[in-house]
Amino acid sequence: MRQTKTRNKIHSVPFSSGTEAMKGELKLELEEKVPLVNLTINGQEVTCPESWNLIMAARKAGYEIPSLCYLREINENSSCRVCLVEVARKKGEAFRMVTACSTKAAEGMVVITNSTRVRKTVRLNLELIKANHNSDCLSCIRNDNCEFQRLCAMYGVQTSRFTGAVREAEIDDLSWSIVRDPSKCILCGRCVNTCKAVQGIGVLEFSKRGFETTVGPAFGYSMKDVNCLYCGQCIEACPVGALHEKDQIEDVLKEIENPDKFVIVQTAPAVRAALGEEFGYPIGTAVTGKMVAALRRLGFDRVYDTNFAADLTIMEEATELISRLKNNERLPLLTSCSPGWVRYCELYYPEFLENISSCKSPQQMMGAVIKSYYAERVGVDPNSIVSVSIMPCTSKKTEANRPEMEVDGLRDVDYSLTTRELSRMIRQSGLQFQELADEEADSILGDYTGAGVIFGTSGGVMEAALRTAADVLTGDDLEDFEYSEVRGMEGIKEATILLPIDGQEIELKVAVASSAANAAKVLDAVKSGEKKYHFIEVMACPGGCIHGGGQPYVPARERIFLDPRPARAKALYDEDLAQNERKSYKNSDVQELYKRFFGEPNSERAHKYLHTHYGQREAYPLKEDDSSL
Amino acid sequence: MCQPKQIAVDDPRFLELDTFLKKLQGEKGIAMIALQKAQQLFGYLPLEVHKHISAFTGISVAELYGVSSFYSQFLLEAEGKHRISVCMGTACYVKGSQKVLDKLCELLNIKVGEVSSDGLFSITAARCIGCCGLAPVIMIDEEVYANIVDLNELEQILDSYRSKEAAAVTVSVASADNKGEAEDLA
Repeated sequence: MRQTKTRNKIHSVPFSSGTEAMKGELKLELEEKVPLVNLTINGQEVTCPESWNLIMAARKAGYEIPSLCYLREINENSSCRVCLVEVARKKGEAFRMVTACSTKAAEGMVVITNSTRVRKTVRLNLELIKANHNSDCLSCIRNDNCEFQRLCAMYGVQTSRFTGAVREAEIDDLSWSIVRDPSKCILCGRCVNTCKAVQGIGVLEFSKRGFETTVGPAFGYSMKDVNCLYCGQCIEACPVGALHEKDQIEDVLKEIENPDKFVIVQTAPAVRAALGEEFGYPIGTAVTGKMVAALRRLGFDRVYDTNFAADLTIMEEATELISRLKNNERLPLLTSCSPGWVRYCELYYPEFLENISSCKSPQQMMGAVIKSYYAERVGVDPNSIVSVSIMPCTSKKTEANRPEMEVDGLRDVDYSLTTRELSRMIRQSGLQFQELADEEADSILGDYTGAGVIFGTSGGVMEAALRTAADVLTGDDLEDFEYSEVRGMEGIKEATILLPIDGQEIELKVAVASSAANAAKVLDAVKSGEKKYHFIEVMACPGGCIHGGGQPYVPARERIFLDPRPARAKALYDEDLAQNERKSYKNSDVQELYKRFFGEPNSERAHKYLHTHYGQREAYPLKEDDSSL
Repeated sequence: MCQPKQIAVDDPRFLELDTFLKKLQGEKGIAMIALQKAQQLFGYLPLEVHKHISAFTGISVAELYGVSSFYSQFLLEAEGKHRISVCMGTACYVKGSQKVLDKLCELLNIKVGEVSSDGLFSITAARCIGCCGLAPVIMIDEEVYANIVDLNELEQILDSYRSKEAAAVTVSVASADNKGEAEDLA
């Protein structure tokens, strides 16, 4: 038994916090310790912390102040001029128009958010933005959930007084993951600062000026050829339809309707934790059963769970970890589940590529198993199988299309759809999602343990791997297998796990990083020798897959007061608790798979199907000089 | 005769740029200074120069391009070997400089801001260059050509640069041949 004392969390704080996206819930109730101010908003007395801006303070008074460019703690540049309010610093002073997002609440302030002057000005500014916005809303992917469309409706923008030249816009749909449509862009900068401040990358930037201003990569390059991870955090930040996932619904439906095809779908753990939001469920409601039922009604021939492959990944990755620990080679081991992170490493830290686990991600493992072991066992021609995945992720689309992700000419995954695409498929089919009775995934690849479920949140892969690795290393079925040290939404988490092996206490140092910016901090610390770890989990998105770039939108006005991540993570930890088995190696379908097909983890056959390789990538390749004489 | 569009990775000017950038290490807001220095060295700022500065400073290529594409002081494309500035100031304009500009564009088959296919010339429309008494005037590099009343003069002026260039190339080819022989001997 591992003793309690062996679970000391290391509280060193080596990493400067920097800009942390969505630090946590901003409570409307007041805490005592923060300095408070009293002000009047629309005639109502309000008390709030002095650090709050007027958008927050007004929300507390029960009023929404419209805004487009404001994304709390990420984009606060007051560029859209839609949050204008009238403010008098003191009673009796003249009112001035100011932007509420950049004005802090102050003692004695008098604020009016809905006077005729304010409404007319806001409407005017909305009209001006609209004058250079492709307002073809009916055929826009954001129709019905566009923040700009909502405000125009709310403020009754019914006229188009400003017509004339509009920006020429070329749609960039060359990458597998992300489509950029500058004709819809309102130049708010939310994507720019998300990419720069949250991810620390800077793929998107304002270029040129005046009427020609555009947001995009440099020199007119496509997102296909630049330093983009395809994490899709820019999509999550975009208030309009200027950035969105590459929609492949029609391709998948065509395959489903083809009688010669056997279409198999897998769903990633984080999808169930957020899909419900699209159908009116509160954030954090797991809708696993309804999701499975909906997929069956959509016509998929088999419905499997990527959680199964997550367990399989752990079998391979834990084995890899143990072998590297024993041989003391290529440490720290870095996880390989997040394709955004893998791409980041290929672009920015090629010196760490041999540290990344050679394991394919669960999505790819599932696809490879479906077209080999599964096809063989049920006697289906693997060429007729179409492998579809539902992912919380836009980078998974690019991963599925990496040339090496196939075995014997069979692609592991043919189509990768996001949670949002699935929700649109369900809506277009007319299915009443809320009325569906829960169903379970199909058997032989449908069983999963609690360890597989928690893959969807930051720290989950680490915890799942530790649950299995600790048992293998100690030769014991440890009862104390919840690693709370690696849970939670902090960008970087560290822990030292002490494992009793052969009468000795062996230290296992681990770290968990989510977001590319945090990954960089950890890798730099390892590179400089400041930190030593055995195992590092990295996810490209802040908080892990639950906040992936393919997840349902949480509008900026809600993100002021709500971090959707802890609730979504809790949905996964709850499902973990509800499972009979919570350690990957106890997954009976996985055991069967090894017995019948792979032999043992890291076997030659396992390597052929379940492992891959990486390579350094170059952003902005120079184009062929085609103009030389 | 073709102007090399790409700058070689081992171009010695990159080393000079690195020396300059090293001095700026740790300072904030260096994008502008770095780009200015690079333009001074290379004459313009192609993608490969952006990439080099980005790799050295950690500022993303897109952010650098945000700066270089915003300010008109930065050139993103190479200029011709000789810059032809056609004065479009009031006096020159009244005296017909628009016709001069149009004729030059026609002769070189390029628009304002572009480079001729042989890489020799680029054309800019300049504001008053301060010699209105000589209107209409053009400048090629630092040389002023006054009173261009007869548009046929322009062809001759361009030809004089072309023949100078041809002579220079012959010399350099000859010296390269000599060098080759010298190496052969060695």
